[in-house]
Amino acid sequence: MSVVGMTIVADGSPTRERSIGNRWLRLTRPVLGLLLPVLLAAAWEFIVRMGWASGRLAPPPSVIFAEFVELARTGDLQSNTLVTLARVAAGFALGVTTATIIGAAAGYSPMVRRLLDPSLQALRAIPSIAWVPLFVLWLGIFEASKVTLIAVGVFFPVYLGLMGAIQSVDRKLVEVGRAFRLSDVAMVWRILLPAVLPAYVISLRSGLGLGWMFVVAAEIMGASQGLGYLLVDGQQLGKPAEIVAAIVAFAILGKATDWLIALAAAPFLRWEDVVRQD
Amino acid sequence: MLSLERVSKIYPNGVHALGGVSLEVELGEIVAVIGGSGCGKSTLLRAISGLDPASEGAVVLDGERITAPHEKIGIIFQEPRLLPWLKVADNVGFGLGDRPKPERAQRVTAALARVGLADKAAVWPRELSGGQAQRVAIARALVPRPEVLLLDEPFSALDAFTRSDLQDHLLDLWTDAKPTLVLVTHDVDEAIVLADRVMVMCPRPGRIFDEIDVKLPRPRDRQSAAFDFVKRRVLVALDRSLNRPATTVDGETKATAGAALWW
Repeated sequence: MSVVGMTIVADGSPTRERSIGNRWLRLTRPVLGLLLPVLLAAAWEFIVRMGWASGRLAPPPSVIFAEFVELARTGDLQSNTLVTLARVAAGFALGVTTATIIGAAAGYSPMVRRLLDPSLQALRAIPSIAWVPLFVLWLGIFEASKVTLIAVGVFFPVYLGLMGAIQSVDRKLVEVGRAFRLSDVAMVWRILLPAVLPAYVISLRSGLGLGWMFVVAAEIMGASQGLGYLLVDGQQLGKPAEIVAAIVAFAILGKATDWLIALAAAPFLRWEDVVRQD
Repeated sequence: MLSLERVSKIYPNGVHALGGVSLEVELGEIVAVIGGSGCGKSTLLRAISGLDPASEGAVVLDGERITAPHEKIGIIFQEPRLLPWLKVADNVGFGLGDRPKPERAQRVTAALARVGLADKAAVWPRELSGGQAQRVAIARALVPRPEVLLLDEPFSALDAFTRSDLQDHLLDLWTDAKPTLVLVTHDVDEAIVLADRVMVMCPRPGRIFDEIDVKLPRPRDRQSAAFDFVKRRVLVALDRSLNRPATTVDGETKATAGAALWW
């Protein structure tokens, strides 16, 4: 009897322990990532509170939070966020549209690729910020030059991603389409588009990341509104809390918009053979 | 009737893959094409399918010349080639895009039940085993009710057990509508289990070297003496097709060709 009991225990306990361990891990894993920043913030807060550091140039979390609330109360946060968002949206739309058209054409037709790709690759080698003076001369100092700069930043990852994705579509699947006598339109709609989508979504996300990068560049170089303007304003008036508050706003917006793209694409990518984390 | 009239294929790089293959296949007949690698058997199948039309000669089906994929011709490849972004049921119905939805759904359900995968309709292809995926591919090819079904080494990527299982299953499916089957294979057993006629091809350029009738009743016993007899005939023809004299010991033909097929 005791033998039976022992086997049951020996059989049961490791799995139960493992499942409990799993649940514990799943709950704590995100928290684990937060541990370091929260500890550092708390430590800095403590140090400033104790008067061991002034915290004038590196404000403690409570001051940054207060600044954030204050900016939100006066409406500065909202209005500047909206301006920046509008710029990113316009630049992203422009960049994605042109990149999608040219990338699709270059991926589909070797002729177009031979014609355009070398020039585009040469342009890509230029750091995009280098265009700013020229864009300002051509398009003025207001919205057009900023939106164009963002669009240029968004263009390249999306163009490269889409062209590469179309070129690497599995020819064997294209042949299935041919064997079933799909028309050109049906071939694009039923084979190429779904095959290209995963890589395209990734390129959109990296394009959006660059869009956020370039909106900061554009706004730092000359703007009277926008989150990037808050950065410059905070620097010129010696308000580090305002700078950090704007940085935090950028982080939240960047993460949120990236998440939106991933969320919108998720229903179409459920088929992907992804390695699940758990 | 499917007839090939002196079908030749010369690739743009100058490789002479097929050198005038002529063949007539009756409706409902099962023909296996066998030969060493590089003998043009896959090229021949692709020429019949219209995916890679012949450079000279003609493929004619019921009086119509085939130069592009045709609705009466279905093809099954070595890999299942299911579209990973479509559920199994949508993969099976892929060739029925122009039919009304209820008819499509009904035919897909029937086909999936017929290949024994009714419970996998709403599953992604990645969740299938190799044998299941190939069965879905067979269902997809059969659903439009082709008159001719071409099979390009359809079971060669599967393990031996699944392979013989699917060979029997294919024969079972074939009895439903009795389409013409043209099967390319390098597996002698597979050719003899399935085919009414085995065409042995030889390389450079690909030609039909010999033709062996298999007049055994179905289902065929892979272990029977008659099966073995036909198998030896095919193996001897294969040896000869590769210019390799069959060695005889005590008046018996030694079956050495099996290995040669893999070269």
